[in-house]
Amino acid sequence: MFEVEDLTRSGLEPVSFSMAAGECLAVLGVSGSGKTLMLRAIADLDPNEGEVRLNGISRSSVSGPSWRRRVAYLAAEPGWWADSVAAHFDDWPAMAAAVRRLLLPEDMGEAPVSRLSTGERQRLALLRALERKPSVLLLDEPTAQLDAASRDAVEAMLAEWCRDQRAALVWVSHDPAQILRVARRRLVVEAGRVREDAA
Amino acid sequence: MNGYIALDYGDLAVASLLVLANAALSLRLDLGLERRIMIAAARMVVQLSLVGLVLKVLFAAVSPLWTGLAALAMVAFAGQEIMARQDRRFAGWWGYGLGTGCMLAAAGLVTVFGLTTQLRPDPWYHPQYAIPLLGMVLGNTMTGISLGLHTLTGAVVEGRSAIEARLALGETMGAATLPVVRKALRAAVMPIVNAMGTTGLVSLPGMMTGQILGGVDPTQAVRYQILIMFLISGGTAAGAVAAVLGGVRRLSDSRDRLRLDRLVGKD
Repeated sequence: MFEVEDLTRSGLEPVSFSMAAGECLAVLGVSGSGKTLMLRAIADLDPNEGEVRLNGISRSSVSGPSWRRRVAYLAAEPGWWADSVAAHFDDWPAMAAAVRRLLLPEDMGEAPVSRLSTGERQRLALLRALERKPSVLLLDEPTAQLDAASRDAVEAMLAEWCRDQRAALVWVSHDPAQILRVARRRLVVEAGRVREDAA
Repeated sequence: MNGYIALDYGDLAVASLLVLANAALSLRLDLGLERRIMIAAARMVVQLSLVGLVLKVLFAAVSPLWTGLAALAMVAFAGQEIMARQDRRFAGWWGYGLGTGCMLAAAGLVTVFGLTTQLRPDPWYHPQYAIPLLGMVLGNTMTGISLGLHTLTGAVVEGRSAIEARLALGETMGAATLPVVRKALRAAVMPIVNAMGTTGLVSLPGMMTGQILGGVDPTQAVRYQILIMFLISGGTAAGAVAAVLGGVRRLSDSRDRLRLDRLVGKD
């Protein structure tokens, strides 16, 4: 069970919601409405107030890094800190099946990140986050740069991962069709105000 | 040869013709620097003349209080200079306090170490030794700290997405910023490392040259210079490590977040 209670920060009015394990919650709203601010506040990447609990454990009772290992945030434009792809993974060879599944070339481990396309980087950043097996994954437009085939592969993998790992997904998307496909509940963000909308 | 050749104002006036030539060159080539050249030269003459008078009074007094106050004034000016050299500096008191505090601690400790264990004047704070020694250590420590902080803040801002990607996956601020800390420390100590490598071959240091012109035996002047270089490298490294690690700490908080809101200037 993942619970957010009166979470607030500059640019975001208090928001509360809860999710069951294995559930996917879609977040929609126009650009600049506060979706990213909300995800970053949940991950505790920016100063914020409010209570967030995972399986009854309060965020304030664990360190920031410990919290983010359980509740990971994937930015819309993820950053890279090493030259090669493999250096961003704990065990790159073990990712082979997942790499294939996301329609990426298996032999790209030594490839320089700077030469990858935006879509390749986006899928690799997702795999990098999944490798760490968080209980909650906060996804900021994870398929925005992908073609239809890659997008479908990502959606299928995340649905399976969510079900098998009993993990929760908070999924920001601008694509109404995708929202209908991946989530049964949705939050609408408008000018920093968040409300739950009937699907 | 012992003793030194005394200079009178006429000697200085002749040498100043070179600066006038610089200004004339600027006018001729339309560089627009003539005013700045003249003001800088005038400032240099006034500042050094005043320092000469102050040092004369300090040397005559041999007072721990006056020597300490002169040292603090030097640190205060150097702290201002560190702040002025930053494109992005820490907001509030930290902007001045971090660099100045680290410089005071590092340069102060190294100078006291040099005075009490190698030079050993009587008394140990004798301004004839303490002030020039502090001045040399301070100048280089100031450069190291300002380079270190400048590189750190620039690299953190430019590498924000990489640092935050690691934080978002549960890494600590220490692990996420390790590459930029290394980069900042390398930038801080490279000038003194390079200086040690080329001193004597490419350049003759000012202090050593000054001592030789003043009639000191060259082997003694060289020993002084080696001592100073060791003290400078110790002070620069200690000050830069303290400032860069302090800077990273200030750019984070108790939740290991990246706090770029604590920087001001540029962007």
